[in-house]
Formats: sequence, structure tokens, C-alpha cells
Amino acid sequence: MKKFDKERVLLAVAGPVMALVAAILLTSVVLLASGKNPIEPYHLMLQQLGYSDVQVLIINQASMYYIAALAVALGFRMNLFNIGVDGQYRLGAVMTAVVGAHVALPAALQVPLLLLVAILTGAFWAGIAGVLKVTRGVSEVVATIMLNAIATSLILYLTQTNTWGVQVGNNMTTGIMKKSGWIPGIDLGADTGEVYGLVFLAVIMGVLYWLVLNRTRFGFDLRATGESETAAAASGVDAKRMTLTAMLISGGVAGLAGLPLLLGDSHTYSLTFPEGLGFTAIGIALLGRNNPGGIALAALLWAFLDKASPALDYATPVAYEKEIATIMQGLIVFAVVISYEVVRTWGLRRQQSRVGAELAAAARNNSEKKEVAA
Amino acid sequence: MHALVGENGAGKSTLMKILYGMQKPDEGTIAVDGEQVTFSSPADAIARGIGMVHQHFMLADNLTVLENVVLGSEKLYGIGGGARKKIKEISDRYGLNVRPDVLVESLGVAERQRIEILKVLYRGARTLILDEPTAVLVPQEVDALFSNLRELKSEGLAVIFISHKLGEVLSVADEITVIRRGTTVGTAVPAETTSRQLAEMMVGSELPTPETAESTVTDQPVIEVRNLTVYAAGASLGAESEPVGGGLVGDTALGGAAKRVLDDVTFTIHAGEVMGIAGVEGNGQTELIDALIGLRNADSGTIAFLGEDITPWATRKRREAGIGYIPEDRHRHGLLLEAPLWENRILGHVTETPNAKGVWLDIKGAQADTRRIVEEYDVRTPGIDVTAASLSGGNQQKLIVGREMSHTPKFLIAAHPTRGVDVGAQAAIWDHVRAARREGLAVLLISADLDELIGLSDTLRVIYDGRLVADADPATVTPEELGSAMTGAASGHLEHVEEEADGAESTVENTDDTAAPEDEAR
Repeated sequence: MKKFDKERVLLAVAGPVMALVAAILLTSVVLLASGKNPIEPYHLMLQQLGYSDVQVLIINQASMYYIAALAVALGFRMNLFNIGVDGQYRLGAVMTAVVGAHVALPAALQVPLLLLVAILTGAFWAGIAGVLKVTRGVSEVVATIMLNAIATSLILYLTQTNTWGVQVGNNMTTGIMKKSGWIPGIDLGADTGEVYGLVFLAVIMGVLYWLVLNRTRFGFDLRATGESETAAAASGVDAKRMTLTAMLISGGVAGLAGLPLLLGDSHTYSLTFPEGLGFTAIGIALLGRNNPGGIALAALLWAFLDKASPALDYATPVAYEKEIATIMQGLIVFAVVISYEVVRTWGLRRQQSRVGAELAAAARNNSEKKEVAA
Repeated sequence: MHALVGENGAGKSTLMKILYGMQKPDEGTIAVDGEQVTFSSPADAIARGIGMVHQHFMLADNLTVLENVVLGSEKLYGIGGGARKKIKEISDRYGLNVRPDVLVESLGVAERQRIEILKVLYRGARTLILDEPTAVLVPQEVDALFSNLRELKSEGLAVIFISHKLGEVLSVADEITVIRRGTTVGTAVPAETTSRQLAEMMVGSELPTPETAESTVTDQPVIEVRNLTVYAAGASLGAESEPVGGGLVGDTALGGAAKRVLDDVTFTIHAGEVMGIAGVEGNGQTELIDALIGLRNADSGTIAFLGEDITPWATRKRREAGIGYIPEDRHRHGLLLEAPLWENRILGHVTETPNAKGVWLDIKGAQADTRRIVEEYDVRTPGIDVTAASLSGGNQQKLIVGREMSHTPKFLIAAHPTRGVDVGAQAAIWDHVRAARREGLAVLLISADLDELIGLSDTLRVIYDGRLVADADPATVTPEELGSAMTGAASGHLEHVEEEADGAESTVENTDDTAAPEDEAR
């Protein structure tokens, strides 16, 4: 039935497109209300896309968004809301930076070790919420929010000079990591910058995500649990174990989210390391419909809004506030949630009636044939 | 006062939903006060003076009685003194004895129900629909409710009363309509009817159609259940504080002492045997199924499958070992509604061929096998990529039956296997069960359709309040005998049914009226 396949693709695309159109329209309304040109900023931002240094910035930023959003999406696929990706990712980055600064192995061992540290740290931090949910019934939403706050304090402690911190000017860092743990990027020239080497890790993880969820027994169980907990339980899924496993995997993935920047560029965790990535990732996972391809597009869009908007401040002859991009991001998340639900219920009902119509037509044909035969 | 009686699934609730505007009729008309009306929402029905008291109360616990009554109809008498006066007036007039300023959470079931009634009257209803109002009440409360209802009647209001408890229907109604399988089968006047005649009308006395020809029962036990006991959810710790008599069931609903939802259940099903379990819904069938498939742990007792103790096994291990499961609520337990048919083919058998190769899914294999099931079991669908939700209930059921039978189970739990399935598909499903039975399948059949139970089963048991209280020979027992054993209308007068367990404490009769909270899913 190719028809239904095509229709499903159409429905899958309809949601995000509706959301984006609505978000752009609403942003224009905001611009109009503040007496600005409602079209010009989009034009200015799109112009930025032409510059190769901006392109590199976008790709680098998107790789981190992508990994973090995969972590969120994994939870979403089984109705777990891991808000703690932010804490898991920051803690993962800190531990990796610390290990990288104190352990010196050959690169062939150092890099896998650092990746493993990041995964285990993230998984451990998310696992706390998982264990609490499974054994005590604590909502993972509450637990992970709390763990975010705890992670912030823990990181402050870890970066103090009498633990592992190294003061560089006014900035607290974890010290420069050993060279063997650096991951070289693709140098595109002095003007353009470097694409992080771990961008490829993001791509591989996207493929793995798809493979595990759609092609393995484990992935089927996970999706089934997300779609109907009762049906999954009746089919033999151990709900508790599945919850804990999903939480651990989600946390492990989240732990990796900071590494493209850490191993590719900064080589130390400092106070200026980006925060809030995990929250942004929630919006990206929503927009990308928990689908690896969709998330990639959403991550690129988000990175584009981030990296193209600063130019608005310097636009001539009229400068715009770069916060327009932030408004738009907010509106997108808002519109996405609504449009997906609308499209979902509409699609379901439409398919129901179409199946009904098709069966009725088939039945009519049959009876006509019989009459002819008789 | 008009009573509407019928078996579970006979269509009582659907009829009431139509009357209350929650569902639209496909054909036919409704007239109120001689005037033909159409309702497109409950608001229309309320405007016409029809009020409904749902079986599950729709009250906000953290609000007071007054606030609950006023909620949603603030415009009628305001939210302050006017409303309070009106509530007092209604309460006094019909003897409802409602206290407007108490928090609802502090009230018992009976009082909550009176608030529901008052709520309906407050909105100006002249016709009251009560859906199984006595299911949650203890006998004294039932008497009080009935006197309230008589009060309403004497004030000129009409009451429609839905029930499947014949005793109370006969004692309170002025006229009785019996429905079965969606159609009216008769009306009766209580003064000229016995509960036995009513039971006959309710379950139908025509001969069963799903007859099994010759017995295929062997002496090889497949499933052996010994002294299986399960306590009400979350109450396993209260083993010692077992309620003294059935009269406490009402309190249990309020969070009181632990109740045994399955009490010392023992049976054996042999290869080639179909054991039917008859019973009014909510008497422990759900718990029995859950315990057998592993969704609920046995608090005591053992379950053995082919001689092996499987009591500690997880659900997946049981399914892999060859226990098939046709769930009673296919939407909750049998299907992923928004997933395509072939994914639903995998559900429950994700570790088995043709669905998996090692840890990988075998999508091609699953899809091919789905096509085979669609073909063999006559699932009416334009393809296997449509979502399960877009199929009709009967076709969904055929898919589930096909899926479970495809793994050649040795033991099949079949809960309401033909519920909501049209007559033709029903016969096909019966054929499949019979064919598998000849091959040595053991079946536990739970059904509300007594004809199906009698016709398909080799042995019959009656479950009542968590106990297997009676057994019967399907060759000799009649539907009305079974029906009366289930409803408790004539439990002492059964000719062919011999009492097996003497579960009759002195208070058991009280539970007749209280122990049947309907499955909350429907």
C-alpha cells in the first residue's frame, strides 16, 4: 500500500511546516507591532548563510544540539521526559575534561577512554533519576530538574582550585587536556575556521539511533512502551527495567553532547562552557518529531537562528535586535506542540474514514461481481 | 421508574449514552414529552431535562459539595447564597440529606452518589438516568437510595435505572425492559415476573450455536493452578486484616482493608480442553487473567505449566513458552493503535520467528506473515501499513486471534474472544479455537456470552467474588441456570450446578449487590 506510505510522509512533514509558518508569521506580527520591517530580518539572516565561516559555526553548533536532542528524543520515544540532559551533558563534559587533563595515554586509547568517561558520567547522572523512578515512583521530570541544580553545584565544587580547578585569569578551568585527547577538525582555512572532528560522531549516533529503535527487538520494546504502556506490559516488556535502561542510554548520549566542543576546540571545561544546551535540545527533539532526520534538520535550523542572528545587531542602515531569533525559537516550540497534535488526530481520523471507504468500495465491487456472475 | 436490564455488553450503556447525547444514533428517533429531539451533546440533553448519574462519580475531591454542584452551571443560581438555598431546598424536598459545605473527599460513596443526583436535579432534570447505581453500595445504602428514588418518583420525575441485578430491579422498578445483543427482547411488569423469567429473557433461552462436536479432552494437564490468591492492588501487605464479611466491600472501595480479588482458586486444564469461566464482570476474571499471563504476581498459590512451576516467571518468558493471550480489552492490552498492522503482528512475540533474527527485527518476515494472517483470518483491511486504529473492532480482534494462534500456543487465555465481533467473524474465531483444541490446545475461556461459554467449553466454572463457586457440565446446563448463578438471582436453586466450594459465609449474600464494580475501562 504505497498510498498510505506517501500519506504518512505527508502527515509527518505537515506538522513541522505548519509550525514554522505559524512561527514566522507570529514573529512578523511582533516586528510589525514594534514598528519594524516584518520581512527584512529574515532576508538579513538568510544572507548570513552565504558566508562560509557562518556555515562552519552552524554545523559545529548543530552537532552538539543534535547529540543532546537525540538524548531527549530517546526518552520521548518511551514517554520519559529527561529534562536533565543539561546537567548530564555539563557533568559529562567536566569529568571528561578532568580525566583528559590528568591521564596521558596514546591517542588510540585516550580518545575511547574520554568518550567512555563522558558516557558513563551522563548515564550515572540520569541513572539516579531512573533508579528513583523505578524503586520509589519519583517522577523523572522532577528528579532530573533537581539533578540539574545539583550538577551545577557539583561542577562549581569540582572546578575549585583545591579540587581539580585551574585558575586562568578570571576564569576557572579544569586545566588544559593532554594533546593525545584532542580531536583534530577539518581545517578550512584561517578565515573560515574548523569543522569539529566529532561532527562525524553526531552523524554516526543518528544512524545508530535509527538502527536501534527501528531494527532491533530492544527498540521495538522501547517504542511499544512509549505507545502503550499497558499493551507493552502485556506483550512481555518489563516496564521497570525498560525505564531504567532508557534513562541510562539517554543519559549516556547526553554525556557526549559537549564533546565536539571540548575535544575539538576548548580543550578545557571553563565557566564559559555553554549552558542550557539540554533545554534547547528539548525543543529540537520536539520539532524533529523524535526522528533522526527530522532532528538533524531541526538542529541545523536552531543553529542557524543562533549563529545568523548576531548580524542583525550590526545591520545597516537599520539595526534589528538579535533577540528576534530567540522569539522565533520560542514560537516554534509553541507552534510545534499544537500543530503536531492537530495533525496527529486529523491524520488518524482521516485514515480511519479512508479505510472505511475503501473497504466499502471493495465490498460493493464484490457484490457487483457476484451479480454479474449469477 | 423504568429499569433497563441486560448482560454485560448487551448495549445498555450505549443506549444510555445516546439518550444523554454522548453518542449519536445511526438510525431511529428519541422523543421527549412526545416531541422528537436530537441531541448532539450532553448540554442538549440537559436542556431537555435529562440528567445522568454516571457509574463513576464525576466529582472534584478537593472542592466542597456546594462548589461541586455549582461547577459548570454558575449561571443558574449564582455561586453563593442563592445556590446554597437551592441546594438545601432540593435536598429537603427529596430527602437527600446533603450538607453543602463539606469537602467531597471526606464523604462516603453513598453520599457522593446523592450529590451526583442532586447535581442533576439542580440543573433542572425531569428524567434521571442512573447507570448501575448500586454497584458500589452496600445493602443498607441500596435501600436508602431506593427510598430516595421513590421520593423522586412521587414528585413526578422519571427515573431510568440500569442494572443487571435482577432482585433489586424487581423490587424498585415499575416497568422493566430487557435488552440482549443490542435489541429489546421484551418488557415486563415486576408484579407478574419472577427473577427466573427475567434471567431467561436476559441471557436468551435459545440453544447455543457454538457447539463443539466430540470431546478432545486428554488426561495430560497443561495448566495447573493451585490455591491462587491475589489481593486487591496495593493491599498485599494487609494479608492479616482480611475483611470479616462481604459487607465490607463498600469500605474497601474507600481504601479500607485488603480484599481478596482472587481467593483460593484451584483448577486444572488439560490438553484439548476448553474451560469456560462464567461470571459477572469484576468478580476476579481480570485478576485471574493477569495472574496467568504474569502481569500481576500471585500473593500465594502456584501456577504450573506443563508440569513446570511458572509462578515466578515474567510475562515474556511465559509467552515464549507457549501461552497465548487474547486480552479482554484489546485497545489497552492487545494493540498499538497508532502503529501499522505489521508492527502489531510483532507485539507480544518480538523474540520469536518470524518477527526476529537474533536481536534484530525481521521486518520482511513479520510483514509477510501479517499478510498471511490478514488472508487466513479474513481481516478486512486495504493493507498492512494502515494503523490498527483504523480497523473496526472485529477486524482488530481477528488480527489478534490470528497473531496468537500463529505461534501454536499450548495454552490460550481467551478473554471475550468474540466481543464486538460480527456474527460471521464470531463463527470463524470459534472454528479456529476448535481446530486448535483438536490439536491439543488448552483454553481458558472467559466470556460474557453464555451461549459461547456453554457451546465451546468442555468444563464450566462460575466465578463469584474472586472464588470459583460452582462448576457445571456444559452438556446439561442451560444459559438461564448459569445466568442466575452469576447474578446471584437464584444461586440456591440450580438443578445441574453443584456447589463446589462452600464459600457461603453468612454475609456472602450481601456481597451480591456490592461486589460487581464494572471494569473501569468501559
